[in-house]
Amino acid sequence: MEIMMSIATGVLFMVGTYLILSRSLLRIILGTSLITHGVHLLLLTMSRLKTGAAPLLGQEAAAYTDPLPQALILTSIVINFGVTSFFFVLAYRAYQELGTDNMEELRGGDDE
Amino acid sequence: MNNGDVILQTSTKIILFIIITFSAYLFFAGHHNPGGGFIGGLMSASALVLLALAFDLKTVRKVIPVNYRVLTALGLLLAVLTGVGSFVFDVPFLSHTFGYFDLPLLGKTELATAVLFDLGVYLAVVGVTMTIILSIGEDT
Amino acid sequence: MSNIIIMPLLIPLFTAILLVFFQKQAAVQRWIGGISVLGNIAMSAYIVHQVYLEGILTLNLSGWLAPYGIVFVSDMFAALLVLTTNIVGAACLFFAYRTIGKEKEKYYFYPFFHFLLVGVIGSFLTGDIFNLFVCFEVMLISSYALIVLGGTKRQLRESIKYILINIFSSALFVASVAYLYGTVGTLNLAHLSERVAEAGQGGMLTIISVLFLIVFGLKAGLLLFFWLPGSYSVPATAVTALFGGLLTKVGVYAIVRLFTLVFYHDQGITHVLIGGLAAVTMILGVIGAVAYKDVNRILIYNIIAGIGFIVFGVAIANTSALEGTIFYLIHDMVVKALLFLLGGTLIAVAGTEQLREMGGLIKRYPLLGWLFFVAAMALVGVPPLSGFIGKLLIVRGGLEDGWYWISGIGLASSLLMLYSMMKIFMSAFWGEEKSGVQPKVSVKGLLAPSVCLTVLVIFLGVGAEWVYPYVSMAAEVLAEPQQYIQAVLKE
Repeated sequence: MEIMMSIATGVLFMVGTYLILSRSLLRIILGTSLITHGVHLLLLTMSRLKTGAAPLLGQEAAAYTDPLPQALILTSIVINFGVTSFFFVLAYRAYQELGTDNMEELRGGDDE
Repeated sequence: MNNGDVILQTSTKIILFIIITFSAYLFFAGHHNPGGGFIGGLMSASALVLLALAFDLKTVRKVIPVNYRVLTALGLLLAVLTGVGSFVFDVPFLSHTFGYFDLPLLGKTELATAVLFDLGVYLAVVGVTMTIILSIGEDT
Repeated sequence: MSNIIIMPLLIPLFTAILLVFFQKQAAVQRWIGGISVLGNIAMSAYIVHQVYLEGILTLNLSGWLAPYGIVFVSDMFAALLVLTTNIVGAACLFFAYRTIGKEKEKYYFYPFFHFLLVGVIGSFLTGDIFNLFVCFEVMLISSYALIVLGGTKRQLRESIKYILINIFSSALFVASVAYLYGTVGTLNLAHLSERVAEAGQGGMLTIISVLFLIVFGLKAGLLLFFWLPGSYSVPATAVTALFGGLLTKVGVYAIVRLFTLVFYHDQGITHVLIGGLAAVTMILGVIGAVAYKDVNRILIYNIIAGIGFIVFGVAIANTSALEGTIFYLIHDMVVKALLFLLGGTLIAVAGTEQLREMGGLIKRYPLLGWLFFVAAMALVGVPPLSGFIGKLLIVRGGLEDGWYWISGIGLASSLLMLYSMMKIFMSAFWGEEKSGVQPKVSVKGLLAPSVCLTVLVIFLGVGAEWVYPYVSMAAEVLAEPQQYIQAVLKE
């Protein structure tokens, strides 16, 4: 299972990096989102994949899962959700204002 | 944005309440089981989004005249205030307590202050999600 | 348990939430915000005093004990930085009252401002890496909103890059956290320190520490500052001052904390690397400062050079250098905010950013000119102003431990900083007034926050005798992680 997860993480990172390196802003945003998902899988894998009962609600189960990585992942997902949607709105506004979503054309000098 | 799809509109009218009820269930289940304010809030927000998809934003705004930014702030305020309560009782910040009470109709019920915190989360999540979706959707 | 240490975080949080309800009434927002920042200064000053008397204060949220629950720790270092943050925040806020404009006030400028303070203060106070990440994100998301507020073309373009680089570095942050958690199985800083010491900092942990260094280097502008000049030059002056004073410093704080508390075992690799990065950052920073000819850019490159200098103190890591680092960090937060406020005022009165279009302003704005002069001197570290003591301590520490080269680079870069600041001073304030000058702008209200910060800068220098015991106490905890561990884990 760990191997599967590692491969999935790797694929997500790979695809994300590829998308971030492209020119279209929309693809870049999707790329950041994918990389973040890759990171979440990595976090889940790194903290050992195991099955068990939810912690803190009694002591009768044979095994308990570690709540910390899950809490961290949930937090990170929420943050990623917020940031990605903010980024989308921003990209949309930028597209309206600047008339392009091509990063090459967004380069811009210091003087205007 | 109104596409006037009769099937979608009719089914939405029924499904909406199912979703909202389920979100309420998730919200209360979250105290001991999977669920909670966050996921309940997302579920409610998705019901509102479905409503907006089936009809249009103007109708939704008319039916539910809520300023979602204020709703977010209200939720955050509630969550923070439950934490601040611990200053009054001189226990560590965010401490929560619970007790069993005999309520009419419900019988012996567990009431926990954590639910108030969760309610704040619920409101904040609905508010944030709807703010985001409306600010993207309004412009088209 | 002491609930009081979370107050500096709760006050701005509460204010930010409250301000959302008063979206339309800008005057109410100003009053509430003003009272809140002033109250918070008093509160954090009280906490500094309390920490001075009682040692490190900790708070286990909702009573869950340290390695398992969320813990907030206020040692002297964190308390001092929180106090400085509040002072800088107050100055920027009062400056914003005069400059920010109705349009931005309506679009939640003040709530985001206070949320940013929440993030910064939270990052200083938190006792585990998980919450460090959360507070970082609170701070970053508010900074995204503040940087794009106004929505000009240039802002939109630069903020896209700013957000992109920060999302990517946040992803790297979580990845590093994942590796760290997978290796040692905890995220509580004190617990981490203990476990890393037990297990010995082998190759794996050193690599993880370098990953963290990259992440925080990105946030702090240590070597990886390519995103910084563009994005800091677009928002309103009050926001740039706040960013320049606080945002990069949070990254520096994280580096200081991690590499004094957790990853201090293999200094041959990590600290030499940090020293090298610091040296390169200083060199590149001053090259930028010397090369550019517009006010904002020069100041921004001075931030970068300053970051290099502070981080150099971490690399040396003896007591004298750590004291210097803390002193210089506090000084840098104040003086950078001050310089940006003055620079913004300068740009406003001159009507241009370009130095060659300015001149002779000292006749009409003598106070502005002299404040700028004092701030520039303090930045460079001319005694008896505040930069001097920090620089002296860091360089002395460097010479004690044989970091001759980098100490030399630090001193040389100070000289070039002086040159770049004098370039602004001479071409903007001296010389002939340029034709087509703007009509005289009233700067009275604009300069009040700057005057307060200048007084503070002078006090930090002249009154170093009174500040030193606090700084020394902070450095002691950094130098001996055992104190921090004992306070948090209560063994």
